[in-house]
Amino acid sequence: MQAVTLTLSDEIFAIPTRILHEILEPVPVTRVPRAGSFATGLINVRGTVVPLTDLRVAFGMTSRPPDENTRMLVLDVPVAGAETTVAVIADRVLDVTELDDAAVGEIPEVGMRWPPEFLSGIARTDQGFVIVPDLARIYAAALSEDSADFSLEKDPSSCV
Amino acid sequence: MIDDDDGAAVFLIEARELQGAIERNLLDLSAAPGDRALIDALFRDIHTLKGSGAMFGHVDLAHFLHGFETAFEALRAPGRTASDALINVALRACDQITALLDDAAAARAGNASILEALDVALGGAAPAADPPADTSPAMPAAAPAEEGWRISFSLGPTALGLGVNVPALLAELTDLAPDAVRITCEAAALPALDALDPACPPFAWTVEIAAALDRARIDEVFLFLRDDLVLDVTPLSGPDAGSAPDRVPETPPQTVSAAPPGASADAPAEPVPGTATRQRERSTMRVATERLDEIMDRVGELVIAESRLHDLSMALQSPALMAVAEDIRRLTSGMRETTMSIRMLPIGNLFSRFRRLVHDLSDQLAKPIDFVTTGGETELDKTVIELLNDPLVHILRNAADHGIEDGTARTAVGKPRQGTITLSATHAGAEVHIRIRDDGRGLDAGKLRAKAIERGLLPANSQATGPELFRLIFEPGFSTAPAVTELSGRGVGMDVVRSVVQGLRGQIDVDSEPGHGTTVTLRLPLTLAITDGLLVEVGGERYSIPVAAVEECVELPPDLALGAGRSNFLNVRGDLVPFLRLAEVFETPGPRPDFQKVVIVAGSHGRIGLVVDRIVANAQTVIKQLSCIHAGLKAFSGATILGDGTVALILDVGHLIALGTAIEDRARKRKGAA
Repeated sequence: MQAVTLTLSDEIFAIPTRILHEILEPVPVTRVPRAGSFATGLINVRGTVVPLTDLRVAFGMTSRPPDENTRMLVLDVPVAGAETTVAVIADRVLDVTELDDAAVGEIPEVGMRWPPEFLSGIARTDQGFVIVPDLARIYAAALSEDSADFSLEKDPSSCV
Repeated sequence: MIDDDDGAAVFLIEARELQGAIERNLLDLSAAPGDRALIDALFRDIHTLKGSGAMFGHVDLAHFLHGFETAFEALRAPGRTASDALINVALRACDQITALLDDAAAARAGNASILEALDVALGGAAPAADPPADTSPAMPAAAPAEEGWRISFSLGPTALGLGVNVPALLAELTDLAPDAVRITCEAAALPALDALDPACPPFAWTVEIAAALDRARIDEVFLFLRDDLVLDVTPLSGPDAGSAPDRVPETPPQTVSAAPPGASADAPAEPVPGTATRQRERSTMRVATERLDEIMDRVGELVIAESRLHDLSMALQSPALMAVAEDIRRLTSGMRETTMSIRMLPIGNLFSRFRRLVHDLSDQLAKPIDFVTTGGETELDKTVIELLNDPLVHILRNAADHGIEDGTARTAVGKPRQGTITLSATHAGAEVHIRIRDDGRGLDAGKLRAKAIERGLLPANSQATGPELFRLIFEPGFSTAPAVTELSGRGVGMDVVRSVVQGLRGQIDVDSEPGHGTTVTLRLPLTLAITDGLLVEVGGERYSIPVAAVEECVELPPDLALGAGRSNFLNVRGDLVPFLRLAEVFETPGPRPDFQKVVIVAGSHGRIGLVVDRIVANAQTVIKQLSCIHAGLKAFSGATILGDGTVALILDVGHLIALGTAIEDRARKRKGAA
């Protein structure tokens, strides 16, 4: 499969170009209050409002402030049964490469730093190991997590 | 001429409208069985449909309608009224029209039994039963005249406007017997030149055909001209033999009554409304919905581009640019209004569909039910109306099936034997409220609570009552439980209702009083796409509040400025209004400015003040739905793109008001406890 490779906290990830719309320089992000740290904001992609998500949160990596290499990748991901346009943050976009499907190997059971259910596989390339994330699973998990709601219990101003 | 394909498509659309009109009139007739105007309207529609059906090759339909019309003829006799049985058969005939339009070959077989049932329902008083296949030459009145025919006719004043081609008509008559036709033009009624109306046919014509000919073949020529036509067809052999002029047989005398041209017709009211309707229709046009949607999308983009232009002109402070920007703003705003209004339709069209549903339910369930609709003129976005069909069917069906008791039970508890279901629509601020009320037995709170606890929807010790409890009937799966609530059963989940209404950013309220009935209110936003928004700022972040919900903006009194731990009520001219500090609710970092503002928003269920740092501006807001990733955040109904290209969240006023109500409840309880 053809994939774009990118880095998140010094790990290399691969995302199939099949689902990639475009790669943006960082645009202004609107924070969504109480939406949690995974889907923190919204961006304007040519007149469409697209949620901006941070895969580093899903993989428990530390975030770092955007710099001149930061990019936003606009993707189509199946969320709750429907193709949904989302954007993900990348610390740096590396390359577009051909990943041999056979090279996308099994996930080693031990020695894994990442939650295995979020991985489709790990590929070995000349750049080193490349993580192929299971985006559908990651977004499904983000949905099932109780998104912070504005109930009075959580509402600090409710102490009447 | 009309392009054939287009013509056929237009015919189908119009045929369905006529079918709808026939159904509506039949239902009206069941309420007023002797109403002559309704009966006449019915005949007019059936007749029009028959004519245009034959023109577009729907032979089976035309034959069926002819039979329908003939059988119905008996109803025109003075003093005759339409029995319930007759209306029911006629409604079946009405369905048959739809079936014939959909697939004539498949539906044809049903014709005979319905026509027979019509005859029976009319108590055999139907006129000499013409076989349904009338327009064919086999009709009894179609005996050939040995000598030929004298045909005298003149056209009504609207005929030319409706596209009647006199030379073609004469040519058609000539073709019946090309060698034996004599055409005379009678110009006696011709007015003076300056009084001549070019749109009004001035001549009467006499055509003599000296050939043995079926009468039916002459009638065929005039098949589509009946309405204003004055037509006499007499056998040539003896002009005086049949003293009464032989009129077009299947057309009721009232409609074709031979008024001499110019003189007042003996049923003047008859052709006039028809004509008026036709002229009104000609001033409208049909547009594919997709094109309207496309316009709406474009206008949405235009609104966004306009606000960018506006921001730019403000930044550059160039008077010339500002003037242009101001013009564009005005035009965009007008454009938006117009586009929205194109998409607004009165909800009455939808309501009238349900009359049939309730009529049939009443029949099936053997419960007399009166169906009352009000506010049919209330306008809603077309998309919303279309989506409302299914939920309303579910609610009405449940109301009829489980809400309304049968006649005996009602009499026993001292209610009128006939149940009533009321469907109403009203505007309330930025919302439209659609209310379905029945006067049946009401919801059983006890059973409902028990069931909800059993299903784990409520904690075991729950004492939930009122709307909080009733709302559970919309839980998925809840309704399938047998005999729990009056709104349950029939396998039609009321959760369908909830999901559609939520999809429309609306809300459902249920209210019920044991023994007195249930009211379901659907609260829906007026439009889906664009609203006016009040842009506010909290900690440098901007949010949009729908202007229609904004009641007023006031300054936050300095003694309340400090925040938590203090009273959460604001005194607005003597009224205590609960308020929320958006900076706290939204966990916005940073200090608050000295003079905060309170935007007071109100709905039908209360009001709440929202404390913001700054009120920025009024702005047209193109609503973009949030993706499913953020759909769980109830405080926001969507997002919009601002003039500078950034995204702003739109606050969900209904949800915030509910929070305000909860704050009040809490304060009341606390006060009660103290």
